[in-house]
Amino acid sequence: MSPLSLALWTPLACLFVLLALPSSQKTAIKLWANISAVLGLLTMLPLITGYDRSNGGFQFVERAEWIPSLGIQYYIGIDGISLLLMVLTAVTAVVATLSSWEAIQDRLKQYYAMLLLLQVGMLGVFASLDFILFYVFWELVLVPMYFLIGVWGGPRKLYAAIKFFLYTLAGSVLMLLGILTLYSQHWTQFGTPTFEIDALLRLTMPFWMQQWVFWALFIGFAIKVPMFPFHTWLPDAHTEAPTAGSVILAAVLLKMGTYGFLRFSLPLLPQASMDRTIVQVVVGLSLIGILYGALVCLMQQDWKRLVAYSSVSHLGFCTLGIFSLNPNGIAGSVIQQLNHGISTGMLFLIVGVVYERRHTREISEYGGLAHRMPLFATVFAFAVLSSAGLPLLNGFVGEFTILQGAFEANRWWAAMAVPGVVIGAAYLLWLYQRTTLGQITNAKNNHLADLSWRELAVFAPFILWAFSIGLYPKPYFEIIERPVARIVERVRPGYYQDRPPSPALAQAPHAAPHTAQGGAR
Amino acid sequence: MLVNFTPPSASEYIRVLPEILLTVGGTILMIAEGLAGERHRRGLAPMALAFLLLALGGAVVAGMDPGPAFNNMLTVDGYATFFRLLVLIVGILSVLISGSYLTRENADSADYYALILFSLCGQSILASANELIMVFIGLEISSIATYVLAGFLRNDKRNNEAAIKYFLLGSFATAFLLYGVGWIYGVTGTTNLQEIHRFLTSSESVYSPLLVSACAAMMFVGFAFKVSAAPFQGWAPDVYQGAPAPVSAFMTAAPKAAAFAVFLRVYSIAFSGLTERWQPILWVSAMATMVIGNFAALRQDNIKRMLAYSSVAHAGYVMVAVVAHSEAGVAAAMFYLASYAFMNLGAFAIVTHYVGKGERYVGIDDMAGYARQQPLIAALFTWFLLSLIGVPLTGGFFGKFYVFKSAIDSNLIWLTVLGLLNSAVAAYYYLRIIVVMYFHEPTNETGAAGPVPAGVRLALIGSAIGVFVLGVMPSAVLEFANRSAMLSR
Repeated sequence: MSPLSLALWTPLACLFVLLALPSSQKTAIKLWANISAVLGLLTMLPLITGYDRSNGGFQFVERAEWIPSLGIQYYIGIDGISLLLMVLTAVTAVVATLSSWEAIQDRLKQYYAMLLLLQVGMLGVFASLDFILFYVFWELVLVPMYFLIGVWGGPRKLYAAIKFFLYTLAGSVLMLLGILTLYSQHWTQFGTPTFEIDALLRLTMPFWMQQWVFWALFIGFAIKVPMFPFHTWLPDAHTEAPTAGSVILAAVLLKMGTYGFLRFSLPLLPQASMDRTIVQVVVGLSLIGILYGALVCLMQQDWKRLVAYSSVSHLGFCTLGIFSLNPNGIAGSVIQQLNHGISTGMLFLIVGVVYERRHTREISEYGGLAHRMPLFATVFAFAVLSSAGLPLLNGFVGEFTILQGAFEANRWWAAMAVPGVVIGAAYLLWLYQRTTLGQITNAKNNHLADLSWRELAVFAPFILWAFSIGLYPKPYFEIIERPVARIVERVRPGYYQDRPPSPALAQAPHAAPHTAQGGAR
Repeated sequence: MLVNFTPPSASEYIRVLPEILLTVGGTILMIAEGLAGERHRRGLAPMALAFLLLALGGAVVAGMDPGPAFNNMLTVDGYATFFRLLVLIVGILSVLISGSYLTRENADSADYYALILFSLCGQSILASANELIMVFIGLEISSIATYVLAGFLRNDKRNNEAAIKYFLLGSFATAFLLYGVGWIYGVTGTTNLQEIHRFLTSSESVYSPLLVSACAAMMFVGFAFKVSAAPFQGWAPDVYQGAPAPVSAFMTAAPKAAAFAVFLRVYSIAFSGLTERWQPILWVSAMATMVIGNFAALRQDNIKRMLAYSSVAHAGYVMVAVVAHSEAGVAAAMFYLASYAFMNLGAFAIVTHYVGKGERYVGIDDMAGYARQQPLIAALFTWFLLSLIGVPLTGGFFGKFYVFKSAIDSNLIWLTVLGLLNSAVAAYYYLRIIVVMYFHEPTNETGAAGPVPAGVRLALIGSAIGVFVLGVMPSAVLEFANRSAMLSR
């Protein structure tokens, strides 16, 4: 078995072992779930070490027939973009599993089973090179998430769970329509049934058809991202999900949408993706998302809902970067996807920590937490600063590169996105101030316990990762350099020839760290 | 015709082996009813099962030597074999879930099983009918047995209502069909499907296209009624709700599959020359069937009625494949009906067990907290419901996938869009059951979640495996459907 298949199916194997454990052995179940998550992370190591950065194509490729008569294959492989997102998935799984140790007391076995199933689905989405296989994993993610929200969620969990399921399903059936159209085109043009991406790349489609397919896929992906105006499921789902669910939703599930754009929309439909109207609409929606999400955050009374809306804003940056359609924009977007996973994941964990202690998410219930919980306040500060994009921390690198890319595409886009960064810092710092600084105003907060060792361990991977990306982002840019170049070359053939001798591509990895260390902002 | 009469050969008898076995089995069961005392009633279900398994073997044997039988009145091809096997499997699963239900209602009787066997015999004829008179005969055998089954608990008002409604409306619709058959004979001078096709496409024949279209339309009324396609779906919810639960399970799967089988055969052979005339009508019917089924199901609180509307909606998806009018469409319809049979039977099996004596607990809310009482059964129910929604890795997904693929191949873009959106709407009402089972706390009123009887358990396992195989390893069935989808003209 190749390393990629191993990474993909280890969680499933662990799931079967978990199911064999008796429900009464709570500690054993929890232990095994954590071991499984760590095993999942370990399976990433051969992928990281074996990955060849000089190769922009797919690596660790594996192919087997699944349903020959329909041309559906078990066809997997990864490039740098998938690799980063898969590692993010594995790390998030470890964090999410460990964070549930005390928070979840009810129906433990089912809970961890859902987490593992979710992990299989997410990894599969990032590893699939067959469109139907991708779709299968994409939908597979829906079911465990639905149960995580619906069974272990907050007070309005039923509404949130159903809304999440229906929204995503509506998007994905339209996506299926797009997939079927591509398939049917391939059938008429080449006479063979196939869903594999490399084969679909050879299609020559009339522009109007590309446009239709683009919008069909767009709705599927945009709902998942979520882009304005398809974002309304997100605040509910995030707010009502259990902490681990919110972390996974924010850190990984949303990236499935942006990943879809990068892997499918852009390469398969280059003309439509380059089309002026389409780009303007998509960028317009991204900019609205950035500003609207940020402004709504300022108004939130609910701590978790605030974090949820901040995702809308941050993901707006990601889609803006993608549709800048240049190396900086896309590379920045990928890095920002990683960063958003780390920083928003931390913010949700923070909410989880206080929620476990006080069982309320109202911001006004808190205040002056730093007096009682100094460790917590420090970690929270990290999370806030990383999310707000402070230089030396991860958030800055991504946002800055995206803005560079946007500036290159159209300087007005960059100009309009910058207020998003500013408001972003504002709502986060204001949140920090209202909850953590000042005097303790609510007597109930007088006896809160600080972070335990376990909780610190939960935060540790994210904090370390945030630092490492912020200080030295070069390896990350190197990993995605070639894959990004392939996408750009596909959408804008000859892009690199038109550039001056030192291409923007080569600058991108170096430019960001230099400016970061200089603290240019 | 009589001049050319040659007595049927032995291989022709073998080709109707399942029908023979089912008839003999049904008759023996009816005799056994009289001979067996009250105490031996329990042996009836296994006996019926034995006959069904024999018939299943018979269908396999018959399928190994394909060809026409009885002067080309029947034709045993891969297509016929596929549907014969399908309805027989549905029959087996239905018998498995019936035993405990009948015992609970004090209605153990061989008649019940005999009727199921006779009904299956009719459906088996329908699957292989190559001629309109045989179509009519098959349809009547199947229907009359089902009318009686629908009212089997004769002291139950709901049963009576269902049976009467089904019988009156059903006879009326069959009359339309028969009238259409009469007309088409008047126009073409034959009832053989291939000959009708030849007559209608030959340049030498003289006929009024309008008249032939009217024939096709009248036959559509008959078929649409049997498959519960709009605008003739009105009876379905009442009958499926009123009939005994295992009978509803049977009716939503087997007679429907057989009716679709003959519907497809008649329209893709006899009327294939008139495609542009009937396609628009079927297009509208398919669309309306999906929309009515799904949107009406959204509002139901009775679980049987909800599954009834869902059955209408699923007929709509199959209609999409019929409209596609291609080999891929035929294969898609076959695959879809097979996967629907399993997921639907599975869901109904649980309902059959759950409703309790006198079918008291038929509200969706009665399932509150079921996941805590019976985690395994609830998980299986979830599995079937996810398949009904069409989530990947279940049979329902590849069914829908295949249907819509064939529709796209036939350029039915808008019908596909509508169908896909419909399947997203449908998720809502299926999820409602999951919500109630998993997210609601059990109430005192919640009912008979007693131990699951062995028969129901077997049927559940069988259906679950069916849904799994069709969802994860569909290749074998798909290829069989693809090979059999070419109907000889």
